[in-house]
Parts: sequence; C-alpha cells; structure tokens
Amino acid sequence: MTRLHIQFAAILAVLCLAVAPFVLSPFSITLMNYIGIYSLVAIGLALLTGVGGIVSFGQAAFVGVAAYASAWVSALNGYSPWLGLVFGVVLTCGVATVLGVVTLRLQGHFLSLSTVAWGLAIGFLFGNVEGLGRFNGISSIPPISVGSIALVTSAQIYFLIWGIVAAVLFLGYNLLDSRLGRAMRALRGGNTLVESLGINAFRIKLATFVIAAFLASLSGWLYAHMSRFISPGPFDAGMGIEYLMMSMVGGAGSLLGGVVGAAVVTLLKNSVQDYLPLIAKGASGQLEIVAFSALFILFLQWARQGIVPFVVRYLPKARRERPQPAPPLPRRAQPTPGELLLKVDGAERRFGGLVAVNNVSFEVRAGEILAVIGPNGAGKSTMFNCLTGALRVNKGEIVFAGRPITHDAQSRIAKAGVARTFQHVKLRPRMSLLENVMLGTYARTRSGLFAGAFRLNQREEASARHEALMQLERVGLGDKPFELAGNLPLGNQRILEIARALAADPALLVLDEPAAGLRRQEKLRLAELLRSLRADHLTILIVEHDMEFVMSLVDRIVVLDFGSKLCEGAPAAIRSDERVQEAYLGGVA
Amino acid sequence: MTSDIAAILAIDGIATGAVYALVAIGTVLIFTVTRVIFIPFGDIAAFTALTLAALDAKRFPGTGALVVILACLATLIEIISLMRSGELRLLPRALSFYLLLPLAVVGAAWLVMRLDPPLAVRLVLALMLITPISPLLDRIVFRPIADGTVLLLLTVSVALHFALVGLGLLFFGPEGVRTEPLTSLSTEFAGVLISGQTMLIVIAALVFSGLLYLFFDFTLVGKSLRATAVNRTGSRLMGIRPARAGTIAYLLGSLMAGVSGILIAPVNTVFYDSGFLIGLKAFVGAIVGGMTSYPGAAIGAVGVGILESFASFESSALKDVIVFSLLIPILIWRSLASLHSEEEIEE
Repeated sequence: MTRLHIQFAAILAVLCLAVAPFVLSPFSITLMNYIGIYSLVAIGLALLTGVGGIVSFGQAAFVGVAAYASAWVSALNGYSPWLGLVFGVVLTCGVATVLGVVTLRLQGHFLSLSTVAWGLAIGFLFGNVEGLGRFNGISSIPPISVGSIALVTSAQIYFLIWGIVAAVLFLGYNLLDSRLGRAMRALRGGNTLVESLGINAFRIKLATFVIAAFLASLSGWLYAHMSRFISPGPFDAGMGIEYLMMSMVGGAGSLLGGVVGAAVVTLLKNSVQDYLPLIAKGASGQLEIVAFSALFILFLQWARQGIVPFVVRYLPKARRERPQPAPPLPRRAQPTPGELLLKVDGAERRFGGLVAVNNVSFEVRAGEILAVIGPNGAGKSTMFNCLTGALRVNKGEIVFAGRPITHDAQSRIAKAGVARTFQHVKLRPRMSLLENVMLGTYARTRSGLFAGAFRLNQREEASARHEALMQLERVGLGDKPFELAGNLPLGNQRILEIARALAADPALLVLDEPAAGLRRQEKLRLAELLRSLRADHLTILIVEHDMEFVMSLVDRIVVLDFGSKLCEGAPAAIRSDERVQEAYLGGVA
Repeated sequence: MTSDIAAILAIDGIATGAVYALVAIGTVLIFTVTRVIFIPFGDIAAFTALTLAALDAKRFPGTGALVVILACLATLIEIISLMRSGELRLLPRALSFYLLLPLAVVGAAWLVMRLDPPLAVRLVLALMLITPISPLLDRIVFRPIADGTVLLLLTVSVALHFALVGLGLLFFGPEGVRTEPLTSLSTEFAGVLISGQTMLIVIAALVFSGLLYLFFDFTLVGKSLRATAVNRTGSRLMGIRPARAGTIAYLLGSLMAGVSGILIAPVNTVFYDSGFLIGLKAFVGAIVGGMTSYPGAAIGAVGVGILESFASFESSALKDVIVFSLLIPILIWRSLASLHSEEEIEE
C-alpha cells in the first residue's frame, strides 16, 4: 500500500459521505449527524487518551460548556451562532487551559480521578445556574446560517458536520506525523524519557489536553444548533464515559478509530433501543444502560485494542521510501578537545537518613570517555540522575559547558547538550526506528502546532528525517529504518537509544549501564561503536559495573563506593589499586 | 451564621461524614488489596437502604433476584475458567461458593421473611442479601483483568457503576424510600439537640472502624490482607492467594457499605441512583487518606460531610459543585505528597 492508495481510499470515503444524504432516509441522516458530532469528541479523546495516555472522563463537560456558551449567545442574547462558536471555543479552551495547568502534573490515576471531579462539578453547574434555564435547559436555539441559507433540516447541517469531521481528521493525521505529534506519541513512555529529549512534557500534555477540549467544543456547538434545544442531560458524567467508550472501541490512539467508535456505539445504542423491548417488555429503558455498560466491560476485558488497530493488522503494510538527502539541521558549537566540559563539585544527595552520594567531585574533559564505576549500591545511578536533572542534589554544584545546571529541569539540561540513554531501555516500541531517532531532533527543530497540522513544516521535516537516517547508518541500523523499534533485540535497542541521543547533536553523551544484559558479541559491537564516536571527538560519560567492558574502552575511571569517591585515574592504575580491589572483592585477609 | 446554626450544621456534617467514612474505609480496603477503585460502593449502600425499605413494607426485595442472577453468571464464568485451566476437580468447591452459598442466603432470607420478623432481624436480612453482590461482581467483572493497570480497572469500575444504576432501577423501581428511624431517643449536648440517629451513626462508624483495626492487627486473615496490599507477588510466594484476599476484602467492604446504607436511610430519602454521590464523596475522603490510610480516609470523609453541610447552608444548589471542585486541590496535594515510582502506561 503506498501513499497513493491511502489518498485514493480517503477520496472514496469523502465521496461516499458526500453522496450519502441523497440516498439515505431522513432518520439515517439524523443518525449520521449524531455520529459526526460524537466523532469529534472521540477523535479528541483518541489523541488525549490513546496517544497521550491521559484518560479523561470529563469530555462531556467541555461539550456542554461550548453548547451552553453558544446557546447563551444566540438564543438568550440574540447574536449570531457564529459568534456563539467563537465564544464557545474561547471559553472551553480557556477552561481547559486552567484545568490543565492545575491538574496535568498529577500522576496516573490521580489525573483521571480529577477529570471525574471537574466533569461532575461542571455538569452540576449546568443544572443549577439560574441564567442557564436550570434543569429545563435552553430552547429555541437558532440554526446556523451559511450566507443566506439557514441549516435547518438534518440533510443541510449534515455537510457542515461531516466537513468539519473530515477537516479534523486530515489536520489531526498531519499533526501526528509532525514534530509536535511525535512528542505527543512519546508521552506514554513516561516523563523521564520525554524530558530527556529536551521536550517540556507538561507543555505537550497541556497542548494535547486543550486540543481535545477544542474538538469537544466544536462538537458542543454543532450539537446545540442541530438539536436546537439543550438541557444538562447530554453533558453529564454518563455521557463522559460513553465518549471514552467510543474512542476505546474504535481503537484508542487511532483518530479514525474515533469515528468508527462513535458510529459503532451510536448504531449499537440505536439497535439496543429497537430490540430490547422485544426481549424484555416494559423494562427497556433500564436495561439499555445495563446492556450498554455490560458490552463495554466485555470489550475492555477481551478486546482492549479496538477495532481499527485490529483491522489494520490485516491490511498490507505501507511501503515507504527511504528519506532523500536534505539540507542538514543546524549543529551546536562543539567544545574543543581537552577543554573542561562537565564539573561536579561536592555533590551530595540524601534520601532521608541515607546519604546516597556524599561529597563527590570529578571533571569530564571534552573528547574523553570517562567511566563512573562502583559495586552495587555505590551511588552510581543517583549520581547519574543528579547529572541529568532527574534528581536534585542537596548540596554541591554541577557546571556544564561553563553554565551551572544544578537546579535546571531535565529538559533544559537536555537542551544544553546532554543526551542520555537508559539502563532499562526507553523506546517507543510502536514507532519506527526512524521516528524514534527523529524524537532526538526535537530540540534542534522549531515547527509548532499550526505548521504541523497544515504541513508547513516539510523542509524541516525532510532535514530531520535525513538526519535521523544518517544517525541510524552511523550506528549500523540503517538498513531497515521503518521497522518497529519493539521488534529489535535488546542489544540493538540500546544502540538505537544511542542513535536517538546522537540525533540531538549532544556535547556530552551519558550512558546508563549500556552493557547491562548484553551478550558478549553485543558488548564488543557496542564498545566498537563508542570508540568510533570518540574518534569523532564526542565526549562520553558511562556509568557501568561491567569491569571488562570498561577497562578496555575508557580513558579515565572514577570509582564510587558507599556514596563517596574512592579514587580516580587511568584504567591500569584503578585495576591495581588496593582500595578498589577491596571494595569489589573484599579485603585480602 | 450564628454559633447555634454552626453547631447544628457541624453535627449534621459529622453524621453525614460518618456515613461516608464507612464507605470510604471500604473503598480504601478494596483499593489496597485489589488495586480496584470500586466506585459502585455507593450503589451498594443505596441498595441496602432500598432492600431494608422493601423488607419493612413486607415485600421481598429485588436484591434477591439480583443476587441469584449474579450468582448464576459468576458460576458460569468460574466453570468456564476451570474447564480452560483443566482444573475441573475444583468444581464442587466453586459451585458451593459461587452458587449454593448465595442461593442459600437468598432462600434463608425468603423463608425468614414469611415469619414477619422484627426490625433487628430485618437489618440482618438486608445486610445478608447485600454482601454477596460485590464478591460476585468481583468474580464476573474484575477477576479476568486482575493484572490490568489501575486506569483500566478504574474505567471498568465506572462502567460497572452505570450498569448497577440501571439494574437498581430495574429491581427497585424509581421510588425513593426513607425507612423508620432506628431509635427515637435524643439528647442535648452544649445546648444543641442531638438526635439518637446521629449518635447511632457516629457510634456505628467508630465501632466498625475499631473492629476493622482489630481484624487487621490481630487476625491471621487480616494480616494476609495487609500483606497482599503491600506486595501481591510477595504474598503469593508466602502462600496467600490474592484472589481469596480480594474476595474477603469485597465481603468486608460491602458489609461496611451496607451498614452505612442502613444508617443513612432514615435520614435521607434514598433513590436507586443515590449511590453515585455517596460513593464519590466517600471517595473524596478516601483520597485525603491517600487511598492507603484508614484513619486518613475516615477523617477525610468526615471533613467532606462537614463541608457539604456548610456548603448546603450557603447554597443548596451548588453544594455538589463545591464538594467536587474541592477534590482537585486535594488531589494535587496528595499527588505531591506521595512519592511515585514512574508508572509506564500500558502499550
């Protein structure tokens, strides 16, 4: 399947949608309109929950905010629905920004619970504010007019709704394939990974959250002016979970899944309403929600992946062309070999009463490979985390390239030129090798939300793609750039992490136990790679406890034991040092 | 607001809060042992009130039919899973636990009902009928995904709540109920009249929390539950079965929820869907305790009760808005206070 096939399928789908209102019955068109309106929310949730990993139960509240805002502007104050759209979108995005700033730093299920909380609070507000008609709602909302045509019938508003859905899908897929979209797709890998790439994770989360709320506000506006009457019911917590269900049924993480999920859920609900009375007379209203929730639970138990990813598995794989040569990305000024690059001065880190790192000082000079070694519990990993900003030192100072970074956030340290790898490999297994490495170029590229969505970023993208391919070739993984990262063996995954770090054009490469879990052949390959990087004048700091690996590779070694620096020197001197032997092997009796 | 009114509001709030506290403790219990944030506990409390009201009206409550249906479902699922794992020799035990025991409870309740029992017996009957529901739901809904993420379990739990609301309407009807007070005594404390019902609620909350404390600290089963809460794999290696610990936690938790339902029924009119708000407010309390501390959860729940009481005096329409908005600062505080090891989200 090539790009041409995909375009052909998209055009065919658009044609089918355009012809539909001339073929279908009015009832079916109304149903289609609801599907379109729900799709918008579900697409937003696919982005938020599926891509970004933020489970929100509160999207219905955003739909409600926009619906009520537009109804207030148009029905109660007599202005145009288009002004209602502007007000609704601005208000919803404003509310989402405030809620996002307050809650998006919460972790895991705390965050989802907060969405339950504000979803409920906003939902209760609709029914209890005097000016919004309380539980009676707002009626006689005017229809949307395009020019002189008022979109009154369901066949008329159909084109507006599905036009918006098609545009949102188009822009959404563009966005996901851009710099910002890749950052969103990395969110599920955890904050440490995202921040280590120089990405401000919080801002990406906030952007994703506000985009989802924006889509919900479009949906709310369309809903208010299509049904011409609103009450608190369609925006309550129950609807919030229904939206979540739509995006999960369709396939969380797939924008198209949002549309498919909205269609499946809406049609299913409709047929449940049709057929339940036949099975259980008189109890259909109650059974509807039971049947519905039961289906959702069964779905979550047995088919969490969703429909679209399931279908995609059986479609032929997309064939993509290797990236063409492109103008290179700007490079940073590299330090001259021998110059002082990193200085750790009297670093101390405590966990309660335990001093994990105690008054440790050392220096790294440009162009050398320095290893920090020590037995288990020596404080190597803590030292490493302090260097990269994952932990803060309690005392002491860390200076990188002449700038103190002691109190900087991880993403700022990464931007300053420190690129790292992880002891437990952190890759995005469902992204290709190329895309994983392109994540590394984030801090070297500029394009934002609009450039990404409207494809104004093509030159920069081409450069980033080419840079990524060059780094893949540099580490020896250039032959299959479109393979999924999750399919690589562990040794190659570590090497892929190094390629990603190299794509950031770092001044200092920091490797956390790169040899852990590797087989002998893989270790030899890794050492070979690191030597070739040193030949390119790259500075490397390794935290490791594999002695054999370190001794044959590095220029200097710093030995830690029980949190303190034991000694420092060339490999041969360290090997014969009695204190080191004692720390590793126990004292000679 | 005069100090008199403030005192009345405070007492009212403590009583409501004590009811939430019972549910909150149950929520924490389930969460620590099974990692499920069991939103439907509020529904269990509401169903208990509805069950008691039906018993008072000499009707056999819909709870009976609900338990029978759930028992059949759970048995079916258990048989299938036993067949799949080739452990059919465990079938008699499974049948007696998932089918015979719940049916026996319903049958016994049905027989006793014929005898027109006094209030105390009716209370016991209501609790007996309600306790099998959560463990059965656990078997049907949560056991197949016991190893899922907290978020998956939460999503399922929210969906389950909606299913229960629908079932509630089906089995109990749309009418609200208010049962007769358990006591008509009242006393005066510092110039403020305190009803016997309020006293009863607070005492019951204290007694049950105390019993739970004794259970956890002084019985082997209680200790095994605590061990499961701390480390599932570790406790499994020690011969504790997490599934069994989960069942016990659900039994205990639904007993607490049931008691709270009985206590709240004479004070508030309870509908089939009242449970959601009870459950969520208890849950706000549980979060104050970080979802791990029982005293923290109880204190938090009482705080929510008092806040709600004062909020409803200021603006009865917006009291729920106020209570749930408050959850957000609490969540932020908790999230900052608890040290997280970064949890990667499921692919």
